[in-house]
Amino acid sequence: MIFKGHYKLEKNSLALVLAIIVVSSIGGLIEIAPLFTIKNTVEEAPDMRVYTPLELAGRNIYIREGCYACHSQMIRTLRDDVDRYGPYSLAAESQYDHPMLWGSKRTGPDLARIGNKYSDIWHVKHLNNPRDVVPASIMPAYRWLNRNELETEDYNLHLAAMRKVGVPYTDEMIDNAAKDAIAQANPNDDNVAGLIARYGEATAVRPFDGKPESLTEMDAVVSYLQILGRLTDLAHQVSALESKKQDVISEGTQ
Amino acid sequence: MYSQLTLSERRNGLLILLSVSLVGLLILIGGMGNAIAIHGALIILFCLVIAYPLYKVKDAPAPSSERLKSYYDDPTKVGIVISITWGVVGMAVGDWVAWLMAFPDLTFDAAWASYGRLRPVHTSGVIFGFGGNALIATSFHVVQRTSRARLAGQLSPWFVLLGFNLFCIIAATGYLLGITQSKEYAEPEWYADIWLVIVWVTYLILYLRTLAKRAEPHIYVANWYYLAFILVVAVLHIVNNLAMPVSLFGFKSYSAFSGVQDAMTQWWYGHNAVAFFLTAGFLGMMYYFLPKRAGRPIYSYRMSIISFWGITFMYMWAGSHHLHYTALPHWVQTLGVTFSVMLLVPSWGSAANALLTLNGAWHKVRDDATLRFMMVAAIFYGLSTFEGSFMAIRPVNSLSHYTDWTIGHVHSGALGWVAFITFGAMYSLVPWLWKRKQMYSPFLVELHFWFALTGIVIYLVSLWNAGITQGLMWRTYNEAGTLTYSFHDSMLAMYPYYFARGIGGLMYLVGAMIAFYNIIMTIRTSGEPHPDFVNPDLGIHTVEHLAPDAVAVEGAKQ
Repeated sequence: MIFKGHYKLEKNSLALVLAIIVVSSIGGLIEIAPLFTIKNTVEEAPDMRVYTPLELAGRNIYIREGCYACHSQMIRTLRDDVDRYGPYSLAAESQYDHPMLWGSKRTGPDLARIGNKYSDIWHVKHLNNPRDVVPASIMPAYRWLNRNELETEDYNLHLAAMRKVGVPYTDEMIDNAAKDAIAQANPNDDNVAGLIARYGEATAVRPFDGKPESLTEMDAVVSYLQILGRLTDLAHQVSALESKKQDVISEGTQ
Repeated sequence: MYSQLTLSERRNGLLILLSVSLVGLLILIGGMGNAIAIHGALIILFCLVIAYPLYKVKDAPAPSSERLKSYYDDPTKVGIVISITWGVVGMAVGDWVAWLMAFPDLTFDAAWASYGRLRPVHTSGVIFGFGGNALIATSFHVVQRTSRARLAGQLSPWFVLLGFNLFCIIAATGYLLGITQSKEYAEPEWYADIWLVIVWVTYLILYLRTLAKRAEPHIYVANWYYLAFILVVAVLHIVNNLAMPVSLFGFKSYSAFSGVQDAMTQWWYGHNAVAFFLTAGFLGMMYYFLPKRAGRPIYSYRMSIISFWGITFMYMWAGSHHLHYTALPHWVQTLGVTFSVMLLVPSWGSAANALLTLNGAWHKVRDDATLRFMMVAAIFYGLSTFEGSFMAIRPVNSLSHYTDWTIGHVHSGALGWVAFITFGAMYSLVPWLWKRKQMYSPFLVELHFWFALTGIVIYLVSLWNAGITQGLMWRTYNEAGTLTYSFHDSMLAMYPYYFARGIGGLMYLVGAMIAFYNIIMTIRTSGEPHPDFVNPDLGIHTVEHLAPDAVAVEGAKQ
């Protein structure tokens, strides 16, 4: 029966085309479309903030250099993942990541919660030559980050593009993007107060590459690495709540 | 190369090249001071290189209408040479980055030479450059023979082939310049993506118009696969690459999706690039070249139907197995595992169909390295689809994910299945197309086979060991309940495996270089045209053993 029907189908190229399109679309439609509509797919994170222009620039350099090929940013709900890297990643944490950088390979360690684990100086040294601080590292040396001046003139356009795809940047953030990038790497800059007002008290303002007088790609990359896992506190709250529950359960069984 | 084009086709070709190079000029001027300007210049250069020989024959005598009675093979010929060239380049870069993991200081303080920028040159170079060109070239060949019809048009096949290569060049040079979207296997930025859509739609129209001209009532199974490849890749490519460019003359764009939705879209794309680019397309190749070379009809027509629709339906659900234990909702992960395991049925159906086709021709497998390439390809197809289904199961995935086992798995499919079936098809096709009795050196085909097979075995064994070691070290706890090994410890353990992998890859690369030499020498060595090929007219099969597709179709109907 089926084969008889097929006998006819394979005589008509357009029917074959239609059949292929219909049959192949079903899986994707059922798995992807609901992710945009089911509300609890992405948790509510009221304290979540957006990337500053400097951090976004650092993220773009991270993408440019292909860091994602060797470093994941996704801590799985496995005990050893959590023990090694920290609370497991929540969907909310990458909701402003266009594109996401969850990664698929750990030639190097996961970076989802690398922020504030190491000092700026460690990162600068490590990026400059990883083997200076981790003798067995096989990471390439990224010396040019120190040499290259960071280009930020058009970052208002970057923020505007991000807003178009759904990231809540305000007009003020967009208008001041270039100035904010400069201010974040120089505590003496006149614009620091404005930057803090726009992105919140917790925004780190310091010469990330150790040189306040210049704005380099190193500033941007280190500022990005230092904010990883720290845009919202939600994952830590969930993890605290869960261990409390665990305590209650184990007390109950004793 | 262009001698069969009519005078108006030559003129139109030059007009297309002129307009594309004007776009290049616009990008060059508009993007001054930005890396995208280099792409503008490259587009112009590319058009000039293509246009020069075309311009030279602009006023040459028009071709005779006799040509319309035979197949149009010029684009296939050029496509095969481009494909093997990309193969050597892509594999060389691959082996180079493999050595970078053992000797990380070989970056020479140059950004373009660092691992992160070179790796996508390897992946795109082999998947799109080598694989894509081989698919386009063989699909042109197969659709004509199985339809007994000449390609519908002479200009559009060139547009598809050369346009696709412009995309590949923009992609590969872009990575070196730091132009990437970071989406794995969909790295090229928005403007390259738009260009590929134009090329791909032309490809689909050309394919359908050729099928419409067919003299065979039935569309042969190889064409179903090629058609699925063209159609679904278009859908995947368009959806996954939706993005907002920062400016008209800047390369940077921001993906339309973020976070979990982006992850799911990306791996829906990523896994189905495997399914419809690296599987469906090459199954199309297998369903033509394997029976033809073996001189046997396809074993089972019904099995090919079940496998085809099984693959077309189920693969699209499987992408979420790339995201086990992540922030992707659990129900999507579960669907992913379920369909990944079920996929084993159509996958093994195809592999079995291929191997059973060889029944009665096993003596040929023993003596003919070309057919042996295709036989081993079918075995690796079976092995890597089994491994894939296995690795999709959650507990196995918890060990294998993020480790080098994944890389090993991918290469089992890419080196063992995709490249082996391609080499088999190339070694069959080159003598047919250039009308030679056989390849320049059958001994070199044999040598290539053993180099490649040994290379694969070394590669796979080292990465299986590497991956399982990593996975186990990461999850080992000591008696105090804390992790036994630091990440650093697991890295130190990798060194011997990375070294061995570099050697395995090198052997495979040497094999590909042998193939390149052998193909070029077959083309260049002029000889008496083989009597089997003197009359390549449409539908006239001069020698039965060289044209068993009629047999295959007949056999399939039974």
